[in-house]
Amino acid sequence: MNKRFTATTRALAHSQLLIPLLAFFLLIVFNLIRDPSFFSVALVKNNLGNMVLSGNLISIIDNASELALLAIGMTLVTAASKGQDISVGAAATIAGSVFINVLRANDMSLPMILFAFLASCVVAMLFGAFNGTLVALFKIQPMIATLILYTAGRDIAYWINGGASPDLTDKTLTNYFGTFFPGIPIPTPILLVCVCLIIMALILKFTNLGLYAQAVGINENAARLNGIDPVRIKLLVFIILGICVALAGSVNVCRMGSLNHKTALLDIEMDAILAVAIGGNALIGGKFSMVGSVMGAYIIRALQTTLYAMEVSSDAIKAYKAVVIIAIVLIGSPVVKKYASLLFSKLRKNTAVVQTGDL
Amino acid sequence: MRIKRREPITDTNLLLIITVTIFVGMYALAMIVWGGGFLNPQQFLNIFNNNAHLIILSCGLTIVMIAGGIDISVGGLNLLVTLSCIVYLDDHSGSVIGAAGVALGVGLAFGLVQGVLISYLEMQPFIVTLAGMFFAKGVSTIIGGGPRTATNEAFLEIKNWTLRLPGIGSYGKAGNFVPAKIELGMIIALLVVAVIFIVLRWTRLGRNLYAIGGNSQSSLMLGINVKRTRFYSYFLCGLLAGIGGFVYLLHNGSGDPSNVAPIEMHAIAASIIGGSLLTGGVGNVVGTLLGVLSLKTITAIVVASGLTKPWWQSITTGAMLCFFIVLQSIVISRRGAGNAKLQFPPWLKFRRKKQPDE
Amino acid sequence: MQDDVVLSMRNICKSFPGVVALNKVDFTLRRGDIHALMGENGAGKSTLIKVLTGVYSKDSGQVNLAGTDKAITIKSPQEAQNLGIGTVYQEIALCPNLTVAENMFIGRGKYHVVNWKTMKKRADAILTKLNIPAGANEQLSNCSLAVQQMVAIARAVDMDCKVLVLDEPTSSLDEQEVEKLFTLMRDLQSQGVGIIFVTHFLDQIYEICNRVTVLRNGEFIGEYEIKDLPRIELISKMMGKELDEISKVHGLAKEEAISQTPLVEVKELSSVSGIKPFDFYTMPGEVTGFAGLLGSGRSECVRAIFGADRVTRGVKYFNGRRVNIKRPINAMKAGMGYLPEDRKRDGILADLSVRDNIIFALQVMNGFFKPISKKKAAEYTDRYIEMLNIKTASHDIPIGSLSGGNQQKVILARWLLTHPQYLILDEPTRGIDVGTKVEIQKLVLKLAEEGVSVTFISSEIEEMLRTCSRLIVMRDRGVVGELSRDEMTQDNIMRTIAGDVAEHE
Repeated sequence: MNKRFTATTRALAHSQLLIPLLAFFLLIVFNLIRDPSFFSVALVKNNLGNMVLSGNLISIIDNASELALLAIGMTLVTAASKGQDISVGAAATIAGSVFINVLRANDMSLPMILFAFLASCVVAMLFGAFNGTLVALFKIQPMIATLILYTAGRDIAYWINGGASPDLTDKTLTNYFGTFFPGIPIPTPILLVCVCLIIMALILKFTNLGLYAQAVGINENAARLNGIDPVRIKLLVFIILGICVALAGSVNVCRMGSLNHKTALLDIEMDAILAVAIGGNALIGGKFSMVGSVMGAYIIRALQTTLYAMEVSSDAIKAYKAVVIIAIVLIGSPVVKKYASLLFSKLRKNTAVVQTGDL
Repeated sequence: MRIKRREPITDTNLLLIITVTIFVGMYALAMIVWGGGFLNPQQFLNIFNNNAHLIILSCGLTIVMIAGGIDISVGGLNLLVTLSCIVYLDDHSGSVIGAAGVALGVGLAFGLVQGVLISYLEMQPFIVTLAGMFFAKGVSTIIGGGPRTATNEAFLEIKNWTLRLPGIGSYGKAGNFVPAKIELGMIIALLVVAVIFIVLRWTRLGRNLYAIGGNSQSSLMLGINVKRTRFYSYFLCGLLAGIGGFVYLLHNGSGDPSNVAPIEMHAIAASIIGGSLLTGGVGNVVGTLLGVLSLKTITAIVVASGLTKPWWQSITTGAMLCFFIVLQSIVISRRGAGNAKLQFPPWLKFRRKKQPDE
Repeated sequence: MQDDVVLSMRNICKSFPGVVALNKVDFTLRRGDIHALMGENGAGKSTLIKVLTGVYSKDSGQVNLAGTDKAITIKSPQEAQNLGIGTVYQEIALCPNLTVAENMFIGRGKYHVVNWKTMKKRADAILTKLNIPAGANEQLSNCSLAVQQMVAIARAVDMDCKVLVLDEPTSSLDEQEVEKLFTLMRDLQSQGVGIIFVTHFLDQIYEICNRVTVLRNGEFIGEYEIKDLPRIELISKMMGKELDEISKVHGLAKEEAISQTPLVEVKELSSVSGIKPFDFYTMPGEVTGFAGLLGSGRSECVRAIFGADRVTRGVKYFNGRRVNIKRPINAMKAGMGYLPEDRKRDGILADLSVRDNIIFALQVMNGFFKPISKKKAAEYTDRYIEMLNIKTASHDIPIGSLSGGNQQKVILARWLLTHPQYLILDEPTRGIDVGTKVEIQKLVLKLAEEGVSVTFISSEIEEMLRTCSRLIVMRDRGVVGELSRDEMTQDNIMRTIAGDVAEHE
């Protein structure tokens, strides 16, 4: 029994999920001490008369939806291409503007919403393929390749919007997709993320996407000589990221009911990369943990909500966030771990000496 | 059986030549096609005057990129330095020299912390400098409280100082000769470029930066103190961001924490256009200077050619970036041997005709 | 006696998490010695070298230089350099983006200013003296691998070192270059430099060394005069067992199969690597070999057959049927396997587990939508770990943490698992210990007996003589001859490679 326990602890200590779990735990404990009712969830009646869940916990998970969606795609891109896509925020704005403009030009119905989403999906996948082509075919580092779309993306959205910030006059979308469906107490974005996570899990289980992406990220030559086409895999992960981007953009439009090309999903690319890193994934590619990345997304959001709750102004929040990020990554840094274990063993030795001295 | 050797030109020089050629070609074309402002020396010098801070920041970034790293905190740091200086000048009625000291101090402190975290604690540069960016932006909101404009008189005097260039200039509408003027920031920027160029080319530190960017493992074996060298790259970058922030203040006289312009990305773009590779080991500050000029010239060309809608600027910038990135990729891969060559997969057949009977 | 010693290492211990790499190892180097450091893979040679050059710090023990009693601690490669310890590593440790001259001088000297003119002049002088075909201002990545290695040696030579460490410097050099290197080493020897020479080539040791220290499993076995130590004894000291086995593997592959259609046949094949078009065939159950110096195009030939390099012309037949092999996956589906020359660069997926590495090729052949179940994967892994005697703590540890020989076995297992009809082994024995070499040779013969065609490439002609029944000889990127079993003698091969045969006839 004891042996199994130590084995589990050891496995956990070496697992890359240690850091995100620890961070999550600390955040929860901190909040509970600060305000024991912080995480209480209540069933309340919202302004549309539906019974819905409400509370900080729900809003954290709800607000992190876009980030979680992007983190899923970003994890795959990081694993296979050894770099990150910094254009996801800009691309999501483009996808969102396609979505909102299709809806504005047509009547609001479920098939139309689906069509609008598909259209934004196609556009986002095309941009994903553009990034993927630069990375896979021209062998340009992802960060540099996606810098192009990062630079131009938000203004392409502006162009699509015809120089305006469009909004939806019909509130069906915002009322249902952005918040709650009648009768379902869970926010729709959360459900959407769950569906995506399940689909992703199924894909990883029933295809070799995970193995191939890791193999390409670890050793492209070896992957090629074993029959994998690295170009295809890299293109594929960027296109999958494109789908995630379209989802994130559409969810954001549903939530806001409008789209401002300058402020929508601002800095989310940085947060998405951060989520991947906090999830214990190496940003230089190779092995990945999807669960870790999604947890990373929730940690970032939880941190933000905590800071809001502490009445830190929204601009200054970044400074605190930075400190926490550094702390999290610092704990996970191998060098720090090494020094910590050295220190630990030294302390142990010292106590041993003291004990023998006592004898 | 010796193979005839190619002209011994290094990647760095090759990319520099490309950048120079394209910039000169572009500017010459603009002078011929649109004439007008492009023929005016003042407009050319204004690119320097208006973007002196960007030139300096890009130099810092080039150093980091040569050493194989990345620093995306320079934009935030630029803002933080600007606001710190304003606060020091106005709220504490400090001297201009003191403000310069504050700028350098903030920059150095940032560079120091980031350098230690990245090189000695081996944390990922992207994450550390990302956190640095957040931190800088957050702190500048806290200390500045909002958009600020410097009102310190001693400072304004220096800010408004310009150097008139004798003999160079243009004729005003009334036919009078207006000599071209340059600001203090431009002089500082050119000095920085010169100094960094010398450092990179002729000092041991400079060559070590190239070495660790080329292959850090080998550099270690060659007896280079890789950690210290990497530390210096971030340290220098922080220092330059400090100078850049001060120069920004010299030109604009104000700072706005809610300004979302991603200066760090402009700086990265300028470095890339100037021939730095993010993989490290290749780059040149003269190229970077031309990179900034190219970026701004293309914007001017866009305006001159009548694309006045607000979105065209960044879209053309993106297109130019795309052009340079792809060009560099092709050039470098053509030089590489064997596996490094750009190979299109067989299922993409647009390059080759169908192979006979296969 | 004591004055002669330029370096002594006593009781050196070094352990890594879970492994004791060095356990009380002694090493003594005298003036003007060329001292071989021998041992199987994982014996601790590299670790000892890295302790000496400051890459690793030792756990305990004492290092003295030049006979002084003062123990020194070498904390960094830079410090080692300053103390007069020059090193050339197996994998070229230079910066590809710098010029040849810079690579020779960077990281040395105390000056803060670089004087390009003097540097070029000095570099030119050394390059001419050592007859290295490279320009001082050329970018290193433009030079061939062999030239890069020579530059690394030139750098070490120029440092006026008292101790010169050569860690497998010859693995990327061809015969002539090795000879050049040996001349250089003798030169330095006469100047009183102590040289530590690590290599897997026994011939080279008996040619140039005068003393040898043997390590085994991190333990010090002994120090011997080379002339007092016959080869077979040296090998048995390294392996720790008497080795009749080695001499016994004399695979007379079975008689040529009667089958009329060759398993694999290519005609006029050439690829982007620039090899001259060549013809090749192999019968089922035949072991063929490509012989030639490094860079003669032998690897490029098999890469072209496997589709690893893009084929520019020629046709391929498999089992008499014409096949279109453009990419490795086509070759794999047809029934081929290819173990690449450079294990680290092209073979292993370092961060993935042993299990994933073993099932990898089969997995890819199965296709994107058919992952192998965990149970099946574990079963396969178990089977091949046992069959090939792979030493690994578990299925789940990353392959990168295994020793070179075991990594090679994992890659072999990967291909055996796909049950290929034709297996290409490009330098399967490079950089691995003698014991594993023998095992691999035996395996090749066993496979051939089972009807698998094998193409075996090795830098050691002796290995090919033992295993192959037909040899294709290559020179300057083209096939220059073919030797059948009866014609295959060391002498004959050498002459064909050198191009003497044509003149004799």
